[in-house]
Amino acid sequence: MTNFMGNNSSLRDRFMNKSGDGGKEMAYTVVGKSVRKVDAVAKVTGKAMYTDDFFERDMLVGKILHSPYAHALITTIDVSRAKALPGVEAVLTYKDLPRISYATSLPGMIGADLDDNEDLERIKIGTAGHPYSLDPAHRDVEDRHILTKKARFVGDAIAAVVATDDLIAEKALKLIDVKYEVLEALTSTKAALREGAPLIHEGCEGNILASGGFTIGDVEEAFKESDHIFEGEYETSIVQHCHLENQTSYAYQDPDGRIVIVTSTQIPQIVRRIVAQALGIPWGRVRVIKPFVGGGFGNKQDVCIEPLNAAMTLAVGGRPVKIELAREECMIDTRTRHAFQFKIKTGINQDGKINGIHISAISNTGAYASHGHSIASSAGGKFRFLYPTKALKFDPITVYTNLPVAGAMRAYGCPQLFYAFESHLEDIAKRLDMDPIEIRSKNLVEVGYVDPISKTKVMSCGIRECIEKGKALIKWDKKKALYREQSGEKLRGLGMACFSYSSGTYPVALELAGARIVLNQDGSIQLQIGATDTGQGSDTALGQMVAEVLSLPMDMVHVLSTQDTDISPFDTGCYASRQTYVSGMAVEKAALEVKGKILSFAASMTDIPVDRLDLLEQKIVYKHSGESVLTLEQVAMQSYYDRVLAKPITSDVSNNARINAIPFGVTFAEVEVDIKTGKIKVLEIYNVHDSGTIVNPKMAEGQVQGGVSMGIGYALSEQLLFDEVTGKPLNNNLLDYKLPTMMDMPDIGVAFVETHESTGPFGVKSLGEPPTITPAPAIRNAVLDATGVAFNRLPMNPQRVFEGLKEAGLI
Amino acid sequence: MYDISGYYEAETVAEATALLAKNPNLRLIAGGTDVLIKMHSGQIADAELLSLRKIKSLNTIRKAEDGTIVIGAMATFTKVFNDPILREMIPILTEAAISMGGPQIRNIATIGGNVCNGATSADSASSLFALNAQLKLEGHQGERLVPIRKFYLGPGKVALQPGEILTEILIAPDDYQGFGGQYIKFAMREAMDIATLAVAVVCKLQAKTFAEVRIGLGVAGPTPLRCLEAEEYAKGQEISAQTVAEIGKLAVNSAKARTSWRASKDYREHLVEELVQRALKKAIVNAGGEELV
Ligand SMILES: Cc1cc2nc3c(=O)[nH]c(=O)nc-3n(C[C@H](O)[C@H](O)[C@H](O)COP(=O)(O)OP(=O)(O)OC[C@H]3O[C@@H](n4cnc5c(N)ncnc54)[C@H](O)[C@@H]3O)c2cc1C
Repeated sequence: MTNFMGNNSSLRDRFMNKSGDGGKEMAYTVVGKSVRKVDAVAKVTGKAMYTDDFFERDMLVGKILHSPYAHALITTIDVSRAKALPGVEAVLTYKDLPRISYATSLPGMIGADLDDNEDLERIKIGTAGHPYSLDPAHRDVEDRHILTKKARFVGDAIAAVVATDDLIAEKALKLIDVKYEVLEALTSTKAALREGAPLIHEGCEGNILASGGFTIGDVEEAFKESDHIFEGEYETSIVQHCHLENQTSYAYQDPDGRIVIVTSTQIPQIVRRIVAQALGIPWGRVRVIKPFVGGGFGNKQDVCIEPLNAAMTLAVGGRPVKIELAREECMIDTRTRHAFQFKIKTGINQDGKINGIHISAISNTGAYASHGHSIASSAGGKFRFLYPTKALKFDPITVYTNLPVAGAMRAYGCPQLFYAFESHLEDIAKRLDMDPIEIRSKNLVEVGYVDPISKTKVMSCGIRECIEKGKALIKWDKKKALYREQSGEKLRGLGMACFSYSSGTYPVALELAGARIVLNQDGSIQLQIGATDTGQGSDTALGQMVAEVLSLPMDMVHVLSTQDTDISPFDTGCYASRQTYVSGMAVEKAALEVKGKILSFAASMTDIPVDRLDLLEQKIVYKHSGESVLTLEQVAMQSYYDRVLAKPITSDVSNNARINAIPFGVTFAEVEVDIKTGKIKVLEIYNVHDSGTIVNPKMAEGQVQGGVSMGIGYALSEQLLFDEVTGKPLNNNLLDYKLPTMMDMPDIGVAFVETHESTGPFGVKSLGEPPTITPAPAIRNAVLDATGVAFNRLPMNPQRVFEGLKEAGLI
Repeated sequence: MYDISGYYEAETVAEATALLAKNPNLRLIAGGTDVLIKMHSGQIADAELLSLRKIKSLNTIRKAEDGTIVIGAMATFTKVFNDPILREMIPILTEAAISMGGPQIRNIATIGGNVCNGATSADSASSLFALNAQLKLEGHQGERLVPIRKFYLGPGKVALQPGEILTEILIAPDDYQGFGGQYIKFAMREAMDIATLAVAVVCKLQAKTFAEVRIGLGVAGPTPLRCLEAEEYAKGQEISAQTVAEIGKLAVNSAKARTSWRASKDYREHLVEELVQRALKKAIVNAGGEELV
């Protein structure tokens, strides 16, 4: 892979002073270095333990019966034949699940088969991985049962079997006799919004889960003042995360009757809460453990299998039960990315300055709310920072359909919104005959901008430098000139697209993070965090921060990778690109506290005033000269064993980040379109990011490459397809769902413009999700440049491109 | 977990055919990359498997004295790809082999399994169609040769009689000597994918004309097929862009494309026309002709 990161430090020098931070230059020794990922060896040697690697004695297997109908009521369900199969330990249906009035104690509530009429009393849950809100108005919509009596999509969980092995469980599923009253399947937002359409959820009029966005200024007024008005419509597809490790968990009751769940999740604390809520039991009766996780990309920022898994173990007297979804199940009965339809209207002056933007959107959330309307709202909130205008109106609606449930997926609504807007802006540039870079430059945000709604202030912004860098890397001017005169069967073009994002969810939601540090006898430390590393490398980045503060080499920093809700500090988990920024604050705080305690202890040992001391390379040194007075190990040993003063040095902190920081970036892409076959090849692609300080350049590069490859799949090939009439999935497997392979990837160029974000620990801003936002619009704009054809619907797969080129008369 | 109720292994073809004759429920397993997928999806349950992996004689690829190329049914795609004889004599088969799956799949999947699975998308099939391959089928009672075009009966259906095993794939010298060829796998991905359209073309030139052109297509109908009308037309025609264009057009007449969610009929036919031309243009060069511009 091409690496454009050689000149990081010079970039940092160059841009730091401009970044609006008052030019405070920091020299870090561990932060900013490509130290080896703390779990690299464990992962490469296969020693890292994932959920499926753990075995419990007498572990049973749990399997799920999924609805074959997209919209149907169960009229009868008879499990007697399944129960009679030898090896079957339990069969569960909606009838067995806890009712609100009964579900207060354990055990015994599972399997108490009462009559059907009380269905409405059964507990409903919201599954989204959001922190709990004390304000009921801010809680997620609770619209789902663990097992349902009304199927709302093909794949909805109807019943479950616990058996001694997979094959018996599979056979038992076939022996469950279900009769359905089949209802009309609403397989598109159009169908769901149709007047008189059946209701997917009782009481949810018009199948609209929620609507409403925000308004800044007066768009109508702004349009009147504009030289031009442009309108466009854009559409994205339903895609899936395709994390390597499918949802897997196992659950059992410990000797005290508490439910223990080991699960592949991004959000152990939230899983704990939702499982307890789903069963109607006190939260403290649930313990959730997160071992190594094989990717999540937002799909594990949701609670999919754990409540059912808990119910399963309760149904078999607390014996361990494992659920491991097959890929085919995972692709329909976990979460997907919301498909959006956009209508955008923009008022702009002849010189390219935008006066007003009106974005309407319809978001398809599928059968249950999950993250629901948050996806649309959040995307709007992040978009506000890129091109501030006098007037901006965003009015999305989120609609239920009889399709798999959409939830969080990397960049949370932004890939959709930025695809639409950056395509729209490109169309405008073309109509105004302006350079795409110039039109953007006219409208980009400046440092100091305060968002009128969230009140978040842009403290650092390197977007202009990102554009300059990307433009140079792809040789924009030279190639633009070269491709002006081309003909033949293969046409080339260039495109770019910009984004803004955020670092965590403040002020929309709570941003709490916890960290705990223990100084060991040898002067090494343990770092415990509630933040979850799901492969992205947060353990390493957070470990680097501790190493930085305590001036330790990385091999003296032991990061505990497992989160356990009984043991780990509280943190809401891995989502919203929050951990390096938000959890980093807690980690920095914890490390500073330990540093203070070390120096105080050293002061007590030496009688040197504490303010004269510092910690440097595992020694306590005089601040003024650097002369060593004690080794860190001496202090550590004394802190454990001094007969009078002994008091091991630890910290245990929490940090409530009531602030946010805005990262920026750009994708530049060069494509070649095979006019005769409709195939698009990405020849070169560069992502340039302003994510503040880059804690670990190598890891950051990997993060960007992964995000870009997801973006390329989103642009060119990925989409989950369903039969329009029945709602049956057509391609819920990795053969028919065209997730690109390594062979489909161009070299992905990565570069950073390192600003210093004064609100973040060590100057960081987020980087987790952003890389995946702009590849699709950049590629789309490059295809427009090459062919003159605007593809306003994703993915731009060969069939679609063929149709588009044919319509344009190019074939 | 796979629903396997019995598993047998044979070390010779005779042993295998005897076992098959005794127990007609036995299902052959070679590399298992189709069989196990079907078991995973529940299409095959309660399976009694007879493995051919220990039959050494089915592994070899050789050139017989008369020039016939003999490919053992158990040759893996990796072996096919790396085989020096095939690389030299019929590279359209080695190109097909390397386009298949990914390295792990190619290391275990066999060419015999590919053909016997009966899929129109089988990557070896369109090349074997273009090469007029013959299949040697052996049963307890004896053996017979079947031309590959007669072997494919329908989607997933092949002309294996109960108790028969495919042992060898034969390509006669007249069918490959003096030919140049080209295989194009058009798929949505560059690896780990099933073709949207597969085109295998071989041609033999005589001065400035086509002596013979044979075109095999995969995924252009329920089974792999040949474009006989186009082939007939090509005979004796001058080698020119116009002729090639005409051959492309005529090839569409043999295709039995239809619209599915994977691709439209219109698009598939367009691809047949375009890719047959592209493959033929390369095949001309590989047959010693000049590049057409
Ligand atoms: C991830 C993946 C990717 C794939 N990619 C491709 C691809 O790109 N292109 C492609 O064409 N295929 C692909 N396949 C399908 C499959 O790998 C091939 O069809 C392969 O050649 C099958 O060979 P096998 O030895 O594994 O057959 P098996 O699965 O063992 O057998 C297949 C069928 O043939 C029968 N059979 C096997 N050998 C004989 C014999 N000697 N005589 C009689 N009957 C026999 C079996 O009973 C069975 O019905 C892929 C499969 C997977 C899992």
